[in-house]
Amino acid sequence: MADALSASAPATTTTTTTDSGERWRAIARTAFPFIVVGGAWDIVAHLGLFPPRLFPTLEDVAATFVHLTVTGILPHHVLDTLVRLILGFALAGLAGVGLGIAMARSRLVEDLALPLVSIGAPIPGIAYAPLFLLWFGLGSVSAVLLVAFVSAFPIVFNTWTGVKAVKEIWVRSAQAMGADQRRLFVKVILPGALPYILTGLRLGLAQAWRILVGVEMLAAVPWGLGWLIFGAREFLATDVMLAGIVVIALLGLALEKLVFARLERFTVVRWGMMT
Amino acid sequence: MTPERIRRIGRGALSLAVVAALYEAVARSGLFPAVLLPTLPVVARTLFATCADGTMPMHALYTLERVLIGGALAVAAGLPLGILMGRYRAVEGFCLPLASALMPIPSLAWVPVFILWFGLGNTVAILIVFYAALFPMLLNTWSGVRAVNPLWLRAASAMGADETALFWKVMIPAASPFIITGLRQAFLRAWIAVVGAEMLAASDWGLGWVIFDAKEFLNADVMLAALAVIGAIGFAFERLAFGALERATVLRWGMVRSAKG
Repeated sequence: MADALSASAPATTTTTTTDSGERWRAIARTAFPFIVVGGAWDIVAHLGLFPPRLFPTLEDVAATFVHLTVTGILPHHVLDTLVRLILGFALAGLAGVGLGIAMARSRLVEDLALPLVSIGAPIPGIAYAPLFLLWFGLGSVSAVLLVAFVSAFPIVFNTWTGVKAVKEIWVRSAQAMGADQRRLFVKVILPGALPYILTGLRLGLAQAWRILVGVEMLAAVPWGLGWLIFGAREFLATDVMLAGIVVIALLGLALEKLVFARLERFTVVRWGMMT
Repeated sequence: MTPERIRRIGRGALSLAVVAALYEAVARSGLFPAVLLPTLPVVARTLFATCADGTMPMHALYTLERVLIGGALAVAAGLPLGILMGRYRAVEGFCLPLASALMPIPSLAWVPVFILWFGLGNTVAILIVFYAALFPMLLNTWSGVRAVNPLWLRAASAMGADETALFWKVMIPAASPFIITGLRQAFLRAWIAVVGAEMLAASDWGLGWVIFDAKEFLNADVMLAALAVIGAIGFAFERLAFGALERATVLRWGMVRSAKG
């Protein structure tokens, strides 16, 4: 899934670099399918085959979007969701990278933790949600803890694999050149494992994003995009739901493209670990 | 069995036993209400009782039915479309931007919309599974078809293979490791999505609904039992079904080596 995104990005960027005419054509080519699908949606909505409450026109969705943004309701929902995402993901990142490194460096930790992690991983994260709600109550605490718990699994697995995959010859040559344990870790093992760790963080973030939207629907939080969509169901406000889904899609794309693509460029690509 | 393996299994069993004992000690200490933190024997008894009276297998059957129907639809749509996207630039140019825009939307975000459109019940769960499974299938097939070694295609055409033979004898086997990865990811996504959809679009039957319903009655033992069933089914599919599929196809054709221990 991540490959597809990164594969599609160079395909469009390399063609746009030549000149501005090329660039406009590339933008037009990307926009064309959206115009076709949007047009088809609008035609169906205007034909009145379905009740307009359930199948609003794009103009209605756009008007709702603008209205919600101007009144500050939508930004508040977005902010709360992002705070939960960042808190949960930060917890998962700290615990996951820590445990992953410990598992790869110490055989005892590996033997002890691996069975537990392998048993927990195949259970869908959202299935834990009611249990967390019982234990930690309705609200933000459960949501953050669940996001952290669920997104930690890919981070642990990838960090563990990454540290184990550091080339033996790098470790031995660093030792031969007199690196102590600490320098070996900071200068060789960490950079060597970083491509894997970043992949793990990326997968973890995608997982966190998917779970967060679901858990916000279940945990009865007062603010949050998941709740915005789910609460709108009571009022048959399909336009609010679709506006919320558009925001969710934009945030998801932004997290992937802006945050991780940039982070990757500044670390592993610059060090020549990945192209 | 090597001594290394025995040591590994021994330590694994030891860590599971330690964690189970810790849990049991906390549960029995009475620090937390017993309804919220049932002891392991209670959970085991609940699991056994619900299996014996046929309710748990019935819930599992409903969930599996939804996953299989939704997954089959996703394969039926994603596989041909992915192949077309890999072969024809026009299809790729049209579908790829749409797929990249829809993919970051979590499938559960569609649940409220689908509930409004299709009502509570099976349709919503099946459509959510379809949505969740479609993109891994589509994008993996697409990259698989694009990654076919052009040398093989040229060699096959030089030896006089026609379009059909080229497609069935070269393209499909060459893309199959990607396609199987796609199936695998699609199943994992579908398995997550179905549990969430069942919780939100309550429909009386299904493992997700059991867990959610048990919350109302503070039945933590039922929840843990259902969690165990969900985990076991997911694990069985991942290891047994897809492992067997891989052995029967790509491993036998020599497309990937069996590197996994």
